[in-house]
Amino acid sequence: MPESLISARGLTKRFGDFTAVDGIDFDVAKGESFGLLGPNGAGKSTTMRIIAATSRRTSGTISILGRDPEEHGPQVRAHLGVVPQQDNLDTELTVTENLYIYGRYFGLSKKFVKKKVEELLAFAQLEEKRDVKVEALSGGMKRRLTIARALVSEPDILMLDEPTTGLDPQARHILWDRLFRLKEDGVTLIITTHFMDEAEQLCDRLVVMDKGKIMAEGSPAELIKQYATREVLEVRFGSDRNKEVAPILREMCDRIEELPDRILLYVEDGESLLEAITAKKLHPNTSLVRRSSLEDVFLRLTGRSLIE
Amino acid sequence: MNQGVSVENIRRNGALYVAESRIRQMSKWKGIITLVAVGNPLFYLVAIGIGIGILVTENSGTSGTGGVEYIVFIAPALLANTALLGAMDETVFPVMEGFKWRKMFYAINSTPVTGPQIALGVFLAALVRVAFSVFLYWIFLVAFGVLSFQDSWMSILVAMYGGAAFGALMMGVVAGVQKDDYFLTVLGRLVITPLFLFSGTFFPLTNMPIYLQPIGWISPLWHTTELGRYFGYGAEVPGVMLSVHFLFLTAMLVVGIKISNIRFTNRLLK
Repeated sequence: MPESLISARGLTKRFGDFTAVDGIDFDVAKGESFGLLGPNGAGKSTTMRIIAATSRRTSGTISILGRDPEEHGPQVRAHLGVVPQQDNLDTELTVTENLYIYGRYFGLSKKFVKKKVEELLAFAQLEEKRDVKVEALSGGMKRRLTIARALVSEPDILMLDEPTTGLDPQARHILWDRLFRLKEDGVTLIITTHFMDEAEQLCDRLVVMDKGKIMAEGSPAELIKQYATREVLEVRFGSDRNKEVAPILREMCDRIEELPDRILLYVEDGESLLEAITAKKLHPNTSLVRRSSLEDVFLRLTGRSLIE
Repeated sequence: MNQGVSVENIRRNGALYVAESRIRQMSKWKGIITLVAVGNPLFYLVAIGIGIGILVTENSGTSGTGGVEYIVFIAPALLANTALLGAMDETVFPVMEGFKWRKMFYAINSTPVTGPQIALGVFLAALVRVAFSVFLYWIFLVAFGVLSFQDSWMSILVAMYGGAAFGALMMGVVAGVQKDDYFLTVLGRLVITPLFLFSGTFFPLTNMPIYLQPIGWISPLWHTTELGRYFGYGAEVPGVMLSVHFLFLTAMLVVGIKISNIRFTNRLLK
């Protein structure tokens, strides 16, 4: 395995009786785009805060660039760029001022920061908003500014906690494009998300978390191959008929999942199965054949949907 | 990591970086800050100093105010009050914003800057505001002929010291506030107003019944005012009381900074 920037063993974090992170092990290699996928409350953000040297672990070990974040917080944070779940920009300052003051917190010279700000404004596509107060920006612009802010120190590791939550599809795609560029530039990315499409798009490797534990680990393709079939057939018979039809469908493929509104059938060839269902005179109201996704992996591993 | 990032540099100057950004934030309010700094002395000097002052002087001369005109008597108290209120404004609101309203302290703490450095930076910026307001007020007092230019400049430092002590304590208190529902209302109405009224501001503390005097004894405003009267116009204050006033403010300053450091660290590093 390439050089490991982050290495955690038996990492545990408890808040009173509640165990947020439950003895997890993981490594992140240099230049890798590593994802923590799981529903709200899975322990992703807590794990991120421990990596970011802003939360004390209860037990276990963690090393970031060879240092313990609890003992060397400032030294570790000097290498990180952090994008929190909620934008904590200074809304009364302008876009430029937000980037400038953040650069100063890293002890960078005024001359360097002023030059860097220009570069980051272009990266975040915010040149036209440079002198606008942050409170006047759209959600997508604020998010891009928060990411640009995290890059002011040219960090070795960029940590993004739910980077596109709350954004419209267009804003999400612009943001993904910016993150792809960083990936191409060799920046190590750590991303938490509960969007499976985001994890598939951005992550080289990921861990699926639930209730503080790691349920599985691998690349998106490996996880899908290991825990799902090539295709999924989704059929809807109406909420009353779904239960009635499910036992028949169960006979027709190895694995099915009954969700409140639809039934998922895991097969290698979805079209053929749909033909077979139709041949049995079971006409679904709607049907869809699609590729398996990380959503299906999560469903398989936990018995629950990612977004509930 | 950029080669310009120096953890050693941040360890030395982190608080200054925070103060720099706080002053930048304050500059957005410079119009209001200046208006308050100019308006306050004008209102008080005209309304209380001259208006009530004439009433006091006509009825009891200077016997109740240690031999000086009423306006001179209250001048150091007004200076101290300006310092304390300025310090409160620049500690209470930024700390509420930093932890609660806009959570900016968490953003700063994502950098190598530590919790105690954030606290110290906020405190230093508050002192800049206090110095500005107190100096302007002092200029007014000198211009109105209330205090002497040569003999009263120490009262600026005394007022700033009182502001620093109160600001440090307020910062420590507010850093522990999790729910701000009624905090600011209670602070304004049940803490600040009584302090203003019962700290020997408008009359000597000894004029109050003995059971009300302890409010003054624990009030930074009284201790700052008494020091201000001594250094502002040479009021007679026993040497031992000068030490008590100074030590009280020093204790408040040290305790305030200590509590702030602990609370900032714990709140940012959960």
